[in-house]
Amino acid sequence: MSNSHSMPLATDVLFQLNAVGVQFGHVNALVNCTLTIGRGERLALVGANGSGKSTLLRHLHGLVPASSGQMLKPVPALQAMLFQRPYMLRTSVQNNVAVGLWLSGMRWGVARQQALAALERVGLADLAQRSGKTLSGGQQQRLALARAWALKPEVLLLDEPTASLDPAAKREVESLMGEFADAGMTLIFSSHNLGQVKRLASRVIYLEHGHVLADAPVKSFFGEALPPAAAQFLKGELG
Amino acid sequence: MNTFQDSVTTAFILITSLDPLLASIVLRSLAVSALACVLACSVGLLLGAWLGVARFAGRGVVLAFLNTALALPSVVVGLVIYLLLSRSGPLGFLGWLFSFQAMVLAQSVLVLPIVTALVRQSIEDADALHGEQLESLGAGIGWRGLILLWDERYALLTVVIAAFGRAISEVGAVMVVGGNIDGFTRVMTTAIALETSKGDLPLALALGVLLLLVVLLLNALIALIRHWREAREARGSWPTDTAIATAGQR
Repeated sequence: MSNSHSMPLATDVLFQLNAVGVQFGHVNALVNCTLTIGRGERLALVGANGSGKSTLLRHLHGLVPASSGQMLKPVPALQAMLFQRPYMLRTSVQNNVAVGLWLSGMRWGVARQQALAALERVGLADLAQRSGKTLSGGQQQRLALARAWALKPEVLLLDEPTASLDPAAKREVESLMGEFADAGMTLIFSSHNLGQVKRLASRVIYLEHGHVLADAPVKSFFGEALPPAAAQFLKGELG
Repeated sequence: MNTFQDSVTTAFILITSLDPLLASIVLRSLAVSALACVLACSVGLLLGAWLGVARFAGRGVVLAFLNTALALPSVVVGLVIYLLLSRSGPLGFLGWLFSFQAMVLAQSVLVLPIVTALVRQSIEDADALHGEQLESLGAGIGWRGLILLWDERYALLTVVIAAFGRAISEVGAVMVVGGNIDGFTRVMTTAIALETSKGDLPLALALGVLLLLVVLLLNALIALIRHWREAREARGSWPTDTAIATAGQR
């Protein structure tokens, strides 16, 4: 099953991981991970807590170095990452978005204007002058999406973006993720919500104890024979 | 008990009559400690923020020294500054010994480790929670430290209070490097020590009461700032931002 999905063309490859391992002290968070991620893919990472999903995302975003193996990025692509609990600065919603643009090298005045456009995109323009800390969980995640979207990334990595949200907020965030993907953005996200994976992903990777145990197009993943561990996880999650 | 009552009465009279001698001592104390705090904070806030986010070989040793410096006895600081500023010392050419500047320098050295260590801890905790997100937005170590420092500014006011409290209440360092010269380097704590040794307990106690009042006023000010900040966050409006946005639309 591993790597059985259709391989992207060489020119479309954004990430190529060759036997990548990540260690935190004596803990192997990622083991011998070999995979290729192409442009325009909607890749879902699934697995139990501690399986290595977040580590893989953080490694792809350059936040965690490989202890062994290597990651190649044949085509440089702008990327942004969303976290489960987005960090809100003690300032306005608009400034919270603008700071990301400013850190990318934009002048503060221009960044603030672009931030407003990004907030309109996620439906938060009315709250631009509110303090970021006073937003609800769903609004904060939409604000984080605006912060990421404002950077015009080609790749968006999301670490359980809807994990702590209520159903309505989940739908809103999912809808935005879908729209971003439809616009051509490459999505790589981790999730425990298999319904969400079915709705959003084109490809699924199952991880366990840092190992990639299954890697398949979404239809195959939910429809075909999986390795016993992945099948058991699926059964537990769906049951 | 009589002595205590007399002291409190004298303190009250001295304070309400705005005794010039007392006023000059209080103002000098405030000036020395405030300046020392400004100097220590201008270095300690940045150094603490950097230590909070930076990871380098030997960091543990640096932190161990820093934490040890929290327990620096003020007389030892005073002695070291005295040796540095004395005529034969490396800073003797400044001619600062037994001066206002010497007291500011001594108190700055005394509170610098406090500011640095407390800021370091606060920023390190914030970085553990949010540093990766700032890093993912492209913030390097320097910007991460500065952004977290700005974001934690209200919490860090407590550090400033702690530093000021330490500075204004210490006696050893200013006594050694200032010399407790009447009308020149006499501050509240050295005056209290002197008046106590002379047996003038009412004046000593009056100064003590004033010392506490000054710190109490400072605490009240910080509490007000916090209250204002919380009220503003609860309202969720940011007048400055609105003003900027309005100006931008014109």
